[in-house]
Amino acid sequence: MEHPFEVSYLRWIVLLPLLGAVVNGILGATLQKRFGKNAISLIACSVVGVAFLCAVAAFLHILRLGPEHRFLLDTLVAPWIHIGDLKVDIAFWVDPLSAVMILIVTGIGGLIHVYSIGYMHDDESYWRFFTFLNLFTAAMLTLVLGDNLLLLFVGWEGVGLCSYALIGFWYKEHANTTAGNKAFIVNRIGDAGFTLGIFTIFWGLNSAGHGTTPVFRELVPVAHYLQTVSVWGIPAATLAALFLFIGATGKSAQIPLYVWLPDAMAGPTPVSALIHAATMVTAGVYMMARMHFVFSLAPVAMNVVATVGALTAIFAATIGLAQNDIKRVLAYSTVSQLGYMVLGVGVGAYAAAIFHLLTHAFFKACLFLGSGSVIHAMGGEQDMRKMGGLREKMPYTFMTFFISTLAIAGLPPLSGFFSKDEILWKTFSGGHPFLWLLGFAGAGMTAFYMFRQVFMTFFGESRADHHTQHHLHESPPVMTYPLIILATGAVLAGFLGVPAALGGSNRFEQWLEPVLVGGHGHAAHVTEHAVESLEYLLMIASVGIAVAGILLAYQMYYRKTLSPEVFSSAGGGAFYDLVYNKYYIDEIYQATFVRGTLALCWLGANFDLYVIDYLVNGAARLTAFIAWLNGWFDNLVIDGLVNAIADGIFAIGNRLRQIQTGSINVYLYVIVGAVAAAQFLPRLSSEMLMPVLIAVVIALAVVGVLALLSARRPLWRPPILRGDAPEPH
Amino acid sequence: MEHSVLSLMIFIPIAGMVAILCLPGQAQDLVKKVALAFTIPPLLLGIWLFLNFNRATPELQFVVKVPWIAAYNIEYFVGVDGISISMVLLTALLCPICILAAWGIDRAVKGYFALFLLLDAAMVGVFCAMDFFLFYIFWEIMLLPMYFLIGVWGGPRREYAAIKFFLYTLFGSVLMLLAMLALYFSVTTIDPGTGEKMHFQLAPYFLGALGAWNIVYGALCALAQCFIEPKDMKKLVAYSSISHMGYVMLGMASFTPQGINGAVLQMFNHGTITAMLFLIVGVIYDRAHHRRIDGFGGLASVMPVYTGVMALAFFAAMGLPGLSAFISEVLVLLGAWQRYKIPTVMGAATVILTAGYLLWTIQQMFLGKPREDYAQMHLSEINARELCMLIPIGVVVLILGVYPHAVLDLLNVSLLNLNKIVLAAAQGTAVALH
Amino acid sequence: MSIALLDIGLRHFLLVSLVVFALGLYCVLTRKNAIGILMGVELILNSANINYIAFSHFSSGRYDGQIFAIFVIMLAAAEAVIGLAIVLGIYQNFATIDVEATDNLQG
Repeated sequence: MEHPFEVSYLRWIVLLPLLGAVVNGILGATLQKRFGKNAISLIACSVVGVAFLCAVAAFLHILRLGPEHRFLLDTLVAPWIHIGDLKVDIAFWVDPLSAVMILIVTGIGGLIHVYSIGYMHDDESYWRFFTFLNLFTAAMLTLVLGDNLLLLFVGWEGVGLCSYALIGFWYKEHANTTAGNKAFIVNRIGDAGFTLGIFTIFWGLNSAGHGTTPVFRELVPVAHYLQTVSVWGIPAATLAALFLFIGATGKSAQIPLYVWLPDAMAGPTPVSALIHAATMVTAGVYMMARMHFVFSLAPVAMNVVATVGALTAIFAATIGLAQNDIKRVLAYSTVSQLGYMVLGVGVGAYAAAIFHLLTHAFFKACLFLGSGSVIHAMGGEQDMRKMGGLREKMPYTFMTFFISTLAIAGLPPLSGFFSKDEILWKTFSGGHPFLWLLGFAGAGMTAFYMFRQVFMTFFGESRADHHTQHHLHESPPVMTYPLIILATGAVLAGFLGVPAALGGSNRFEQWLEPVLVGGHGHAAHVTEHAVESLEYLLMIASVGIAVAGILLAYQMYYRKTLSPEVFSSAGGGAFYDLVYNKYYIDEIYQATFVRGTLALCWLGANFDLYVIDYLVNGAARLTAFIAWLNGWFDNLVIDGLVNAIADGIFAIGNRLRQIQTGSINVYLYVIVGAVAAAQFLPRLSSEMLMPVLIAVVIALAVVGVLALLSARRPLWRPPILRGDAPEPH
Repeated sequence: MEHSVLSLMIFIPIAGMVAILCLPGQAQDLVKKVALAFTIPPLLLGIWLFLNFNRATPELQFVVKVPWIAAYNIEYFVGVDGISISMVLLTALLCPICILAAWGIDRAVKGYFALFLLLDAAMVGVFCAMDFFLFYIFWEIMLLPMYFLIGVWGGPRREYAAIKFFLYTLFGSVLMLLAMLALYFSVTTIDPGTGEKMHFQLAPYFLGALGAWNIVYGALCALAQCFIEPKDMKKLVAYSSISHMGYVMLGMASFTPQGINGAVLQMFNHGTITAMLFLIVGVIYDRAHHRRIDGFGGLASVMPVYTGVMALAFFAAMGLPGLSAFISEVLVLLGAWQRYKIPTVMGAATVILTAGYLLWTIQQMFLGKPREDYAQMHLSEINARELCMLIPIGVVVLILGVYPHAVLDLLNVSLLNLNKIVLAAAQGTAVALH
Repeated sequence: MSIALLDIGLRHFLLVSLVVFALGLYCVLTRKNAIGILMGVELILNSANINYIAFSHFSSGRYDGQIFAIFVIMLAAAEAVIGLAIVLGIYQNFATIDVEATDNLQG
């Protein structure tokens, strides 16, 4: 691990799909108009195809390296965020874990791209679909290839965005966009938790004085220092694990944040297959496996994870029992299967969880694409009650769907058996018999509802209307070939991880061991010896309950010897109602969280409108009142004084102006008189000069006051300026 | 060039204002073109500044220091360091864009653009001024054209808005003046750069909590715009702006390298993204003459390109990765978590609300079936001029999302230095940890 | 040099001057005709000239008095020009040069 093998082709695994998205996103509308839809899909599929080849190359590359050196690194943007001691680059890495993931994403993703060529063929916004599909692939690859937490988070948010855009792909329907919003917002809750998890790790290591790196390979050796610091009395490791798990519950649709996934079925079916079954929803599981070194430090958090996983597995399975929408059944099944993966993580069986992730990607993608094929043939009908008898009409779809159903039901030797059993066994052997029981019951339900689906859809008499029946057809090869490949994978993938108890060597676990070292420790050593018989027993039990589930479905929906009424009316139908209405969880969330938030909003807005604005306006009113008082004072007192003085002066002037006779003779007399009088001034002694001057001033003042008293208002009018008033010509 | 670049950036718009005042009032088109022409050189100078800025030093650069009022030690002292250069660049980038956005003005065109150029000059001046007195002068000059721009060319109730704006900012600036005077009498030189001597006393936890409160409160009020009358899109953007500025406060109050870098980066990103959002509101308002969120629907079918640009801006505001605000918000929260737990949880949880109001707006305005009354509304697709103003910002948002180092590199050294100074000054005071 | 002339002293000149001044002042104060007033002013000025020359002759014997007298004559000429122009202006506006009739500046 110390010496990463530097390569420069990993970037293309991410950049090629991104390039496809950019080209199609900017030029797509034009290309589609000029060169037709094939140009769009050619670009979109070829970039993913080449990315797949790069992924295979990377896989072969690390295969050649020794188990301890399986590690490639490709640094794309060198100083990405370098602040203080935080140094993060955009760098991609491939280790055994991410190698598995990129093969799933590009491989299964590529098949789904090909399938979409057929499925979306009649859609006007063909280019937009492939743009987002490519963008999603790029984001998902960033998520799994990122060599640090922040880059993982970039991909994490990116896939969320694409999921939003693709769920609401047919945006003219209000329900679709609402489902998109729901998916995004619920995921955001998880994202907030996830970011806090990142921060906690960063802070914890910083406080413990052991660097501040978010890079995985640098975190592994120092992670245990997270136990040395705590916040709110919780060790940082536990808190970080719990926060990260909140992120995982959002993305991987666990209780309590699973509600978005069933609604997400509003998107086109290839989207459901790619994003909401094979890849994006497994991101949470991948992330927890990636961060196993933190989870392993926090037994409390691990117990929470395991419990939530097991509860989700059975909870979603019960809802799946009563759904009639072909995609919704698959959606709840996905939630349930994700629950198994999370359970695997929770009991420390990271490799088993990733193994189940891999097999699930095959069979669930196949199931979704198969259901898409059915919906395509049925002209958009998704209600299984209106299907039936499609077996003859759609042989390829039926065969692949059936094989995948067997796989998910956990029948040996199909892939689902190996992976699910591995998780259940690790749960049991890890000391969680109750959780094992939940998972075990869930397995039976899974078998039941999946075969219920198969029987309702493909067997019996067709319940579709005449028009639809007339148009029934098998899907084109571009859609069936991916189905066949995926079904093959669903059969064969299990052999990668045949457990030791069945004579295999569990190669998958060995493959991941360098990455997950120390992770599965406490579960692994129990399996060493003497418990193999117990393992056989549990295997037989889970196969048995799966067969029981299948037989029950066979009786109820194929032979119809047993009416579903028997169960649905049990307990006065209350239980059935509860399950059919998905435990009213959506309604409860709506009534509490959504309404609560809206009430807060209302409060905030009104606070802003009334309190803040009133405070401001109140301050303004107060100021205005003071200003009014001031104005009053100004008008009456200050202005009164000023006006009185002005009036006095005007009055004096009014009297004095009479001196101005306008007669030159008078002026001349005054001048002569004054000159004559002036002859006497020098003769006045200096003592006399002042009294005389004062007497003159007093005389003038008396004249002024008299003039003031005798004046009639207005003493003075503003002069009318010439030109002011219009003059008649 | 070295010494004159900042002064040129300040005074070229003023020259433009004079030039516009000399033009005949009827030549509206000419006035607009001249105004645009006078904002281009500062933009080019800004690019030059960006390329020639020495990122390795926290010192002030491109300094001009000329005694002005010697008796009070007041100087014409301009310069930029890592903190202010980002704001100078932002201003230089946004001014030509805002002039393009104002192309539709048809009333008192000359006055509008003259005032706008004055505003431009004052803004650059505020960010470059390194003397408190000079700073205060630019600050006040800035308010004046703002007042008139709001009061004369604003929407309905513009006089009310203008007076409110003016009183609020004046209130703030009077307090600021008091603070400056206090500093002046305690420090004797009044350069903001000499913070070492400041008597440092504040309650950082309070600031952090205030920032978090801003984030949550702004987001709640913005969300309320989705369902409480009058459902004004512009108000929504304004409240979201409040929310986003809360991150700045939270980051600043954290006094961690990541926090303050994130805060200043967030200031820049907020500038670009909120500008984009307001411009986007303007585009639709120009066409429909209203901006009620529930007055639209299905715009994606009518105006696809506009919808694409809108999506970029909205998702940037949401803080999605690959877009600039992601980096700054993550950095702010990362930094803030080091000191404040609850405020950071609030800030991190607000991304849910942010997603809520933005997505609901998108759903109500852009998604769904197109409405039938659009035929009368003449809703034409976004035109070349509007694209010219939105695309450059969008490109900046994208580039900074992938390569934030371009701006972080400018800030980092100065901010680390500042943080060191502040923390050293705060040694004696109680910086609330945890 | 005649003896009679020798007998005539400063006093005589002042006496003449006084007479001329008095006549001028009377003329100025009593005339209603603007030109008459101007003529009275001329008389006053000339009485001043007589004083200048007389005082100059009987005191220093130099020519400064004469110089002032010539200055006053020049000033009188200028004043006459302006005065007559004003009179003409008055006539154009009022069709009379009677100063009693032109009391527009009365307050």
